[in-house]
Amino acid sequence: MSILVVADHHDNELAPVTANVVAAAKAIGGDIQVLVAGENCQAAAEAASKLDGVSKVLVADNAVYGHQLAENVAALLAEIGKDFSHLLTAATGVGKNVFPRVAALLDVNQISEIIAVESADTFKRPIYAGNAIATVQSEDAVKVITVRGTSFDPVADTGSAEITALDQATDAGLSSFVGEELVASDRPELTAAGIVVSGGRGVGSAEGFDIIYKLADKLGGAVGASRAAVDAGYVPNDMQVGQTGKIVAPQLYIAAGISGAIQHLAGMKDSKVIVAINKDEEAPIFQVADYGLVADLFEAVPELEGKL
Amino acid sequence: MKVLVPVKRVVDYNVKVRVKADQSDVDLANVKMSMNPFCEIAVEEAVRLKEKGTATEIIAVTIGSKTAQEQLRTAMALGADRSILIETDEAVDSLTAAKLFAKVVEEEQPQIVMMGKQSIDTDNNQTPQMLAGLTGMSQGMFASKIEVEGDKAKVTREIDGGLQTIEVKLPAVLSADLRLNEPRYAKLPNIMKAKKKPLDTKTPADYGVEVASKLKTLKVEPPAERSAGIKVGSVDELVDKLKNEAKVV
Repeated sequence: MSILVVADHHDNELAPVTANVVAAAKAIGGDIQVLVAGENCQAAAEAASKLDGVSKVLVADNAVYGHQLAENVAALLAEIGKDFSHLLTAATGVGKNVFPRVAALLDVNQISEIIAVESADTFKRPIYAGNAIATVQSEDAVKVITVRGTSFDPVADTGSAEITALDQATDAGLSSFVGEELVASDRPELTAAGIVVSGGRGVGSAEGFDIIYKLADKLGGAVGASRAAVDAGYVPNDMQVGQTGKIVAPQLYIAAGISGAIQHLAGMKDSKVIVAINKDEEAPIFQVADYGLVADLFEAVPELEGKL
Repeated sequence: MKVLVPVKRVVDYNVKVRVKADQSDVDLANVKMSMNPFCEIAVEEAVRLKEKGTATEIIAVTIGSKTAQEQLRTAMALGADRSILIETDEAVDSLTAAKLFAKVVEEEQPQIVMMGKQSIDTDNNQTPQMLAGLTGMSQGMFASKIEVEGDKAKVTREIDGGLQTIEVKLPAVLSADLRLNEPRYAKLPNIMKAKKKPLDTKTPADYGVEVASKLKTLKVEPPAERSAGIKVGSVDELVDKLKNEAKVV
């Protein structure tokens, strides 16, 4: 078996989740190669070559793959991907956008967001917002798979794979990049952070989130939010933790003023330690919390920040 | 221009699904079914394109059993002009669904196929991208804003860490993310009117597409339960537990 892992990267930096996807590839077993497709992505390719278990890194460094436009990257993947038994990538923005198109071009189904590898053709994946786990088996010649990164422990960066340049370049001429608005932040990326502090509707306002940010900064963690807090306009939507937002699994997850709707729990219940701070002692979040504190978050969160 | 809106009948988002005792699937007997929330957003966007004068005709299409007519009537009550039911009682995977929609695209020649980004039952997030791949159309996925200008559309997309804007050539497949719009409710007179709008019924065989899947579901289980921990009485106790018991700070 030969597995092609398609690297997730941005601004010439390899996304850490790629190491988790390589771990999923190791669980399947076989020769593992990594493809880095983009424009000016040599540093990302070098970082990928250090991932443990990778035998070879393929780099398609060309302007047509800039911003990883789906039509062009999918055409490349459909061309080189047919020689592999498995194509894997992270179930992040780029993977979700590009991989189903690749699957269609290869005339195979895609297995989305796997959380466990049972065998080379059998995988587990959540359905119904994580309320059920399906075990699925694929008979397709090429298994096209996206991986939920938090379900696999990342491989170490102790490897030294050779890097080979690919010279294919197809421009479908169907779409072009116009612009990007990224939220600038010194805090760690939500899905990669070891500690996440999240606020919910109980935080009450955008200003109310100040104490959440302060606690996160004290702990060196990222800030998340529930769907309710996002919908109320307290924080931007890319901070949403939940089935329709980000899936996180940090060492420590602190939920302040979050009731614990199913859709939120689906996004954080795999955290190692969960702390819930909520005024309402009946809040469902306490049913999944390792440590629950029934208290007013506006008193408890600053006090916690002061005492850590 | 024509806008094609594929929609899906799914379990209502307020229903907490339970796994069947024999682990073959989730139990959908006697539960409320509705139009997939992301599909509602797609219908709304199509209706807004028509209200702006960009779209001239909206065609809703679905694949499913006879009962899925309800969702087509809903789409027509919201503003779709006519609809197509591709009737089958079998489970249809994403690739087969995309193949069937590709046939409808071939027949109808829409300039925009407007879809929800994923259905809340199987959570695959695949069919729009697959349809774009099969038809060779451009794609604008996870849209939070769509502006049609001539033979192009400017699409603002939700990506990790922010927003990306791309320009796609029409015809294109676009998929709706949560914040693209807030769908309206169907008004009673429109619900009545929708009953008279045309609804064609076809079968997968009419399109020459075989409903068979190489992806088999072996088992469906409830997720591992996380057991509740303890309540602490004070912040001091919490700090102590985090430092000395959990050792995470």
